[in-house]
Amino acid sequence: MRSERARLATAGARATVAATLGNQPRRDVVLNAVFAGLLLLAVLVALAGLAALLLQALVRGAPALSTDLFTNVPSTLRPETAGFRPAILGSLELIAGVIVFVVPIGIGAAIYLEEYADSSKWWNRAIEVNIQNLAAVPSIIYGILGLAFVVRGPLDLGFVLVAGSLTLALLVLPIVIIAAREAIRAVPDSIRQGSLALGATRWQTIRRQVLPASIPGIATGVILAVSRALGEAAPLLLVGATVFVTFDPTPFGDGYSAMPVQIFNYAVRPQEEFQTLAFAGVIVMLVVLLAMNSFAIWLRNRYEQRW
Amino acid sequence: MTREERRAESGRQTREAAAERAAIAVRPEEFQQGGAGSREKVFELKGVGVDYSGATAVKDITMDVRRNDVTALIGPSGCGKSTLLRCLNRMNDLIPGASVHGELLYHGEDLYGSAVDPVQVRKLIGMVFQKPNPFPKSIFDNVAFGPRILGRKENLDEAVEGALRGAALWDEVKDRLEDNAFGLSGGQQQRLCIARCIAVQPDTILMDEPCSALDPISTGKIEDLMIELKEEFSIVIVTHNMQQAARVSDRTAFLMVELDADEDNRWGRLVEYDETEKIFTNPSDRRTEDYVSGKVG
Repeated sequence: MRSERARLATAGARATVAATLGNQPRRDVVLNAVFAGLLLLAVLVALAGLAALLLQALVRGAPALSTDLFTNVPSTLRPETAGFRPAILGSLELIAGVIVFVVPIGIGAAIYLEEYADSSKWWNRAIEVNIQNLAAVPSIIYGILGLAFVVRGPLDLGFVLVAGSLTLALLVLPIVIIAAREAIRAVPDSIRQGSLALGATRWQTIRRQVLPASIPGIATGVILAVSRALGEAAPLLLVGATVFVTFDPTPFGDGYSAMPVQIFNYAVRPQEEFQTLAFAGVIVMLVVLLAMNSFAIWLRNRYEQRW
Repeated sequence: MTREERRAESGRQTREAAAERAAIAVRPEEFQQGGAGSREKVFELKGVGVDYSGATAVKDITMDVRRNDVTALIGPSGCGKSTLLRCLNRMNDLIPGASVHGELLYHGEDLYGSAVDPVQVRKLIGMVFQKPNPFPKSIFDNVAFGPRILGRKENLDEAVEGALRGAALWDEVKDRLEDNAFGLSGGQQQRLCIARCIAVQPDTILMDEPCSALDPISTGKIEDLMIELKEEFSIVIVTHNMQQAARVSDRTAFLMVELDADEDNRWGRLVEYDETEKIFTNPSDRRTEDYVSGKVG
């Protein structure tokens, strides 16, 4: 009697398993395929945009690619002798200035917010939210800010390269602060406690334990911020990156240019040759930016501390 | 004297000198008068309690900790053992909202006196944590960190070697002092943390469940080490492991969770504090007996 029941139960279970395994609803199969296809399409659209940009730049800019690009100055009349020299030098000086301003201020602000600020106080929370929002403010608004406060207004520097550096520094400062905060936050509290328990002061702990351990993350953030600054044209137009500069820029000299501004100026010319030149400039910028971003990723993977 | 003996001797002398400095620093008048018997008590707690943002964590602890003893704090989870330990070197100051009340004397001096700098307190009273927390640096730099922040620049090699020998780690790491400390095993990392702590030449070492993340063999090594170290330091250890308390400690304090009438609030309370042997063989309080015999907990 008992064995009969056991036999029936086993047979029932087998039948259920066989029925379940052999019967995949057709609707499920179709839906799965449709969604996988749609998601792949989304990836392809993103990639296609990038590929089209690269391809067009390479094809149309290739004829103008030569070392002359780096040595020749712009010209309105003869595209065959025109180049990017002042713009390249201007961009280099601009980002050098950005680094000088943004590194100490950004890291300092991040240390304050992570290590000193008491987040139970409403004003510290307000600062936090504001920094997040500042990172999303359109860059042209920073241009207006730079014009009002750096070029004119309290600093009154005039349309000089340093004014451009300061404006770009303000633009990317939130990015640096956010990246540096994340890097500092990634250092576990046990390290701080270990250091403090040995009789280190708060500052010794930050200076000798927290900062060294977070430098790879901070450096990555700085590089990404600088590459953003390098690609900005809009705020510079307002603070003096003038259209046409045929001399090497100096920090406080009159008139400077930058790569994105120069590319824009060549691109709007009617002559085919100038447009070719603009595409060559695009290639130069893309190479530099891709190199910087790759370096940032490499730096992060190579040196980031695993806890 | 051989080189080893000389080094051991000079190490002993510097540690004795440090202990004396510590004692003199916190209680100068007594040492000027040549007061005897002053070394007996390291900590004197009188009605010490800790609140976190108004919620009581431990309440009304009164006990003395003797010099060159291993003093164990045992009790169930949440009874405030670690909280109490962290009062002793003012690590609780780092927790927002934490406040300590009652009287806590260290060599007779009020640890929470208004003129006392917690940073200086932690130089005299070192701490080893539950999870080994080596710095992401070389083994050498881990141990040298303490002496360096004290501004010591010369004889760093000797200081590091002395501390590593003191923590019974020297022979295992002497050939790879420049390697990253993260490459050590868990037990070695914990002994490195002990070495790092004694390199500052403290007077007392606090250990917060130092073996809870370690295997039995590493645990045995650390326990042996504690018994060696108490020759030079006073040690207070928090442990979950009653056998460990029985093996290493001279005196044991048993803490327990206490609830208020409607069971909304809970806090730790000292039930019994006595010689370890008495606590484990013939405790005065029934609750202690139930806990150490495994009936509760």
